[in-house]
Amino acid sequence: MPNITIDGKTVEVEPGTTVIQAAEKLGIELPRYCYHPGLSIVGQCRICLVEIEKMPKPQVACYTPVTDGMVVHTQSEKALRARKDVLEMLLVNHPLDCPVCDQAGECWLQEYYMRIGQYDSKMIEDKVKKNKALDLGPHVMLDQERCILCTRCVRFCDEISKSHELGIFNRGDHAELAPHPGKRLDNLYSVNTVDICPVGALTEKDFRFEARVWYLEATNSICPGCSTGCNIAVHTNTERTHHAQGRRVVRLKPRYNPEVNQWWMCDLGRYSFKSADDPSRLTVPMLRQGEQWIETSWEVAIEAVAQKIKSTAADRVGLWASPQLTNEDLFVLKKFAGRLGLTRVAAALAPLEKPVSDNFLIKEDHNPNTRGLGLAGFPVETKASADLLQQAADGKLAVLLIFSHDLSQSFAADAVTSALAKVPTVIFIGPNRNATSAAAHFILPAAAWPELDGTFTNFAERVQRLRRAVAPLGDARPVWQIVKLLGKPLGVILPYLESEDVFAALARENSAFAGMSYATIGDLGHQRGEEAAAVKARRLNQVPDKLRIIPIFG
Amino acid sequence: MNVHDKYKPLTFWERTYLPRIWDGLVLTMRHFFFNLWHFFLASIGVQREWKGAVTYQYPEVRRPIWPRLRTLHRLTKREDGTPRCVACMMCETVCPAKCIYIVAGERPEKQIEKYPLQFDIDLGKCVFCGYCVEACPEDAIRMDTGILEFAAYGRNGMLLTKEMLLSFVPKKEHYTARPDLEARPAPAPRLSEA
Ligand code: SF4
Ligand code: SF4
Ligand code: SF4
Ligand code: SF4
Ligand code: FES
Repeated sequence: MPNITIDGKTVEVEPGTTVIQAAEKLGIELPRYCYHPGLSIVGQCRICLVEIEKMPKPQVACYTPVTDGMVVHTQSEKALRARKDVLEMLLVNHPLDCPVCDQAGECWLQEYYMRIGQYDSKMIEDKVKKNKALDLGPHVMLDQERCILCTRCVRFCDEISKSHELGIFNRGDHAELAPHPGKRLDNLYSVNTVDICPVGALTEKDFRFEARVWYLEATNSICPGCSTGCNIAVHTNTERTHHAQGRRVVRLKPRYNPEVNQWWMCDLGRYSFKSADDPSRLTVPMLRQGEQWIETSWEVAIEAVAQKIKSTAADRVGLWASPQLTNEDLFVLKKFAGRLGLTRVAAALAPLEKPVSDNFLIKEDHNPNTRGLGLAGFPVETKASADLLQQAADGKLAVLLIFSHDLSQSFAADAVTSALAKVPTVIFIGPNRNATSAAAHFILPAAAWPELDGTFTNFAERVQRLRRAVAPLGDARPVWQIVKLLGKPLGVILPYLESEDVFAALARENSAFAGMSYATIGDLGHQRGEEAAAVKARRLNQVPDKLRIIPIFG
Repeated sequence: MNVHDKYKPLTFWERTYLPRIWDGLVLTMRHFFFNLWHFFLASIGVQREWKGAVTYQYPEVRRPIWPRLRTLHRLTKREDGTPRCVACMMCETVCPAKCIYIVAGERPEKQIEKYPLQFDIDLGKCVFCGYCVEACPEDAIRMDTGILEFAAYGRNGMLLTKEMLLSFVPKKEHYTARPDLEARPAPAPRLSEA
């Protein structure tokens, strides 16, 4: 295996490793625009120049493979000078409209200008003008003037989404990024190009001009969009409520996890945060009187619901859990159902239409925690749900607790209406108003996923951690806390204070989660069982073992 | 070093305290009777040249203001009348009182792209530090309206909107190069008149 000396430090690396990767192993960070560990290497931007002994000119670190005995200087005068000059050239036609640019604050031109640039501009000519706001696709805008032609986005569309929409056209000063004639950047992964664009050339329509990035706070979490459970960062803005139309969750960004989503996430998941700040959010417990909804307190609502359950035989109480719930919720709910001896239990729903899926990240199961549902001991087959609805329609149920689901998403709307009409007490527990909540008699508002601490188990039985990014709206609470409140008057004491306590109990009592804790799950999740070894092998093949975990800039 | 060391040490006479109080009273009295006498002479028309006490007959007469004095904010405009502001939120970011509220929007002409849909300054919180003016990369916000009076009956009255900020014009004539006692400009408008 070749040995390489970089700035006096020697390291042994795999054959085929490039200088930039070897430097990374030593913790030496070289500037880069076109190099991205998830994409092929092109050596396009030349900002990563280093001085290599016995080579006459500075060389690009990203494209130069390591040879045995190579001696590299990254901080020599020659290397620094070369990078500075390249940066100056990259900025020759750059408009520097940073005040307007959405990338300001996380822009790598600004960053490297401060680190390696700081030259006095020699430009006297006018800058080359190009298109300022080109509508590329449903989610992405392009500013051709700001593009530094690193081709990351082009390679993303060629290599990852394989949809080939973008290309670089013309030459020299007039080279510009554009979609191929007749094409639009319209694929299910299109916004990843915005994430990897090192400058503000590609911006996200949804986020454009809504807030400045330095106002945002990032919380590591898990995308609830499908059972892949992509690792993400939830960017929130709670200090300045006049921004982003008052939404607290402003955007989602993928977070590097070599074993799940690498650097990417799909556009469907990316916009799944909208429901958290939607006007349809339920924020106060409500009970129905005739046609009227009366807002009430938790005490009153819980007392009333508990009375209904208490005065009903256990086999006339139905419970409809959901694969949208966290493992903590499901564990507490299972205990609750078990202690009360509830038998009429359903959980999963079959969607009406075939959901979008592909063989990359998007799974057909658009629920984040179907595996967790199974591991918690709930029925995962959708037949149980059809049965429960039938039992409701047959008048066999006196009380029905429905968690999160909108039943009309899976069954004919009139069948749902007539079945629910047969149940004297329907209790809806969920974050958003929907057709099912409209037919309920009690509504208990639950916290939405950005408001939760908890875990999801993804399709490969990887247990991953959600973190609370914002406080629950209004009086909403996590489902397990609602169940805990409901259990008390029914004599089911669930002695948990924090979701961490719930998870500790889950790890103790459910062998599927044995040995896990929030600490072992950490930011990247805990792979369960037989999948672990296979996934580990895959991971080793894929990536160099030391990479910076920065969501924006891979 | 004690900061007080730079002062002249007190003499024995000064340290006895009471005689210096008396000196001070004499000084005040002298001014008082001097002014009284001259105003009296002026009122019976004996003399008009000598100046009495330097007092401005506010609000009819206003004190001239230094060019550097920070008065009420305004937003500047481009030649075509649109706001210079590009809603970069630098001022909002730097404002120590967090009293600027900007909502950005997309402009139809694409060469500039961004402008403020809403630009409010809550004067009830503003500390008139002028950081917003310093931070602005577009010279879009200035504090040169010469308006100093903006009392209101409630907190809502203290809110300056984008429209108001754009409507203010610089009041150059209220500023003198030197706050000379001779130069007494016409009163600056109040916020309600501007
Ligand atoms: S990409 Fe945007 S923030 Fe970066 S230098 Fe260009 S204009 Fe400024
Ligand atoms: S748009 Fe961004 S990612 Fe694409 S080539 Fe230009 S600078 Fe690179
Ligand atoms: S003068 Fe100071 S406190 Fe007032 S708006 Fe400007 S930055 Fe904020
Ligand atoms: S700093 Fe200037 S350009 Fe930026 S938002 Fe404030 S007034 Fe507008
Ligand atoms: S990062 Fe090496 S040439 Fe672009």
